[in-house]
Amino acid sequence: MIVLDTVPSGALLLTVGVLFASGVYLLLERSLTRVLLGFVLMGNGANLAILVAGGRAGAPPITGATSEPMSDPLAQAMVLTSIVITLALVAFVLAMAYRSWQLHGHDEVQDDVEDTRIARLAVADAPSYADSDAEESGSTLDEEAVAVRDEVALPDPASEPDGVARPGTGARGGDGA
Amino acid sequence: MNLWSTATLVPLPVLVPLFAAGLALALHRYERAQRIISVVALSVVVTAAAGLVVAAKEGPVVIDVGGWAAPVGVNLVADPLSALMLLVSGVVLLCVLLYSMAQGIADGADRSAPATKDTKILRKALEGQDPDADEDVRRDVLPVAIFHPTFLILAAGVADAFLAGDLFNLYVGFEILLAASYVLLTLGGTVERIRAGSIYVVVALLSSIVFLVAVGLVYAATGTVNMAQLAERLPDIDPGVRLGIQGLLLLAFGIKAAIFPLSAWLPDSYPTAPAPVTAVFAGLLTKVGVYAILRTQTLLFPQNEALEAVLLVLALATMIVGILGAVAQDDVKRLLSFTLVSHIGYMIFGVALATQASTAAAIFYVVHHITVQTALFLVVGLIERRTGTTSLDRLGGLATLAPGLAILFFVPAMNLAGIPPLSGFLGKVGLLEAGVVDGSALAWVLVVGSVVTSLLTLYAVVRAWNKAFWQPCPEKLPDPTSLPWGMVGPTAALVAVGVGLTVAAGPLYDYADRAAESVMDGHTYIEAVFPDGAQRGTGESNKVTDDTVEVEP
Repeated sequence: MIVLDTVPSGALLLTVGVLFASGVYLLLERSLTRVLLGFVLMGNGANLAILVAGGRAGAPPITGATSEPMSDPLAQAMVLTSIVITLALVAFVLAMAYRSWQLHGHDEVQDDVEDTRIARLAVADAPSYADSDAEESGSTLDEEAVAVRDEVALPDPASEPDGVARPGTGARGGDGA
Repeated sequence: MNLWSTATLVPLPVLVPLFAAGLALALHRYERAQRIISVVALSVVVTAAAGLVVAAKEGPVVIDVGGWAAPVGVNLVADPLSALMLLVSGVVLLCVLLYSMAQGIADGADRSAPATKDTKILRKALEGQDPDADEDVRRDVLPVAIFHPTFLILAAGVADAFLAGDLFNLYVGFEILLAASYVLLTLGGTVERIRAGSIYVVVALLSSIVFLVAVGLVYAATGTVNMAQLAERLPDIDPGVRLGIQGLLLLAFGIKAAIFPLSAWLPDSYPTAPAPVTAVFAGLLTKVGVYAILRTQTLLFPQNEALEAVLLVLALATMIVGILGAVAQDDVKRLLSFTLVSHIGYMIFGVALATQASTAAAIFYVVHHITVQTALFLVVGLIERRTGTTSLDRLGGLATLAPGLAILFFVPAMNLAGIPPLSGFLGKVGLLEAGVVDGSALAWVLVVGSVVTSLLTLYAVVRAWNKAFWQPCPEKLPDPTSLPWGMVGPTAALVAVGVGLTVAAGPLYDYADRAAESVMDGHTYIEAVFPDGAQRGTGESNKVTDDTVEVEP
């Protein structure tokens, strides 16, 4: 049995590293086009890494055609699939970058509006939402407490208009009894 | 192989939506045909998934696709966990499809999207002419109707991810569903959606690359990507390399599942999509990530000690940070997105404990959460349609204006918060029990954290309930618009499914327990893929010939 040399080629590994490094650098940019280029580089880096994982190149992987060690067909099949996927996604991101350019005249990834809003509220130390209970009504708390009525007491129609409780009629009458 | 065995059911949830998507795209001029195709396709998926749920009880159902035997060819595996996830996702997808069709019928076009130049022209043309002439105008102005095909491809991707028997097929499944989700999220290409979409797409692309690199490393280290074979080979490789691979996979799935600190993209991007799209994303996409974590953690890395503590801490952070975000929100959709992130923490808690009881509870919780979260987002879609806004500051008095809507919101909201006796409560109790049984200090912290999160969830949804339904309205809401039955019906059905999970909690929990047992015990899985300890699966190329060179690590 002839076993394929599985020690990877240094040059390929170095290429993978360089592709990833430049890909990450570009991915950190704001412009979608650069992000896309970064994605392409990293995608190619990942594909190359899988190829390297399959071992060194050998004869075409056709059983019985040759006695030399064959290349690993599985790695190639996987890489083909992922190349197609990368291609489709690149097309989509390009379209999205173009649409962004149509709408704004640039293709930069924008900040989230809601996050910015909440951050501003935090700086201003304002409540994040309107709350009728928390709103100030204008009067002090003492005035509000005084204004509270006894809701259990029976309403006295005669005393209501002038607001003065007559002795002996209300619960709060007191000394008249 | 017998064509009419249960194994025939396994590829259907992937194949049928894919073919239907092609057909729907070809027939884009005939709306009615598209609708029929989509509904029929997803009904077939639900039926097949129901069949698989029954069949998988006896043990995992495996098919070697195209007759190629397992480790070299692609195989699909439906064990109880996959089958259960398939069934729930099928039901949810069908409900959301019906809902979105009714929304389309009632609106003529997507109403929540600001009118672009094209739709303005279309509206003008439609208003001025009789219905018979509409068809020609539509053909000229509207782009190819892509919603149905894309939705079906999303369904196929989700099914493929659940059924995948090898790591690379899982990657392909993820890519299928992600590509569909990019299109659905940026539907119509409006200013808002392009902004939210670019964040979502860039983050998702990064996670895909991380996943791909992890697949490459797995292949380099073990010479296979078949999960059953990996389960056999991974224990033998260098522990450091194994830990690195495990970490990379967790990183890739963690971004998809929106685990803190990898969750910031979710609340920014989900709320801007059309309501049904947000609903299906919230229900399914993050759960696919959780499923992938559960599958890889239990099958490939059963000795989990190294990352167990890390996962537990991350689960706690996800719960607390997510729910604190929800409390601060003013927009109902964003509030729900944050609760979604927060409750992912519960599932990760269950997965990280890695006992059969905790895994069963996590599986039950996933099923519960898919239905409830989707139902809530659909209700919010109804609220938006009724009132034109989802801002809590502007909503109010809906309990008197739309009592039916109030009930539809209240039931899943309470279910989400975990009020007894609803299914959310049962799932949480299961997780808490598992945490207590584990008994470590960290597990106790998690137990307390879960309870606090549950209370804060209750606070967040009750606040939404008070402000939107109970309190008087600050401004006058627009005049009543009738909500079409086609939208209310699927929402009510999904709410009913959520309640039904409570009623059927006993059998469901038993099934989740069985799924957990089968997941925790990797041997059943390996045995199903490679019967009788063979080196190959059951496909036609099942002979290991002399000149085949196995790539050894």
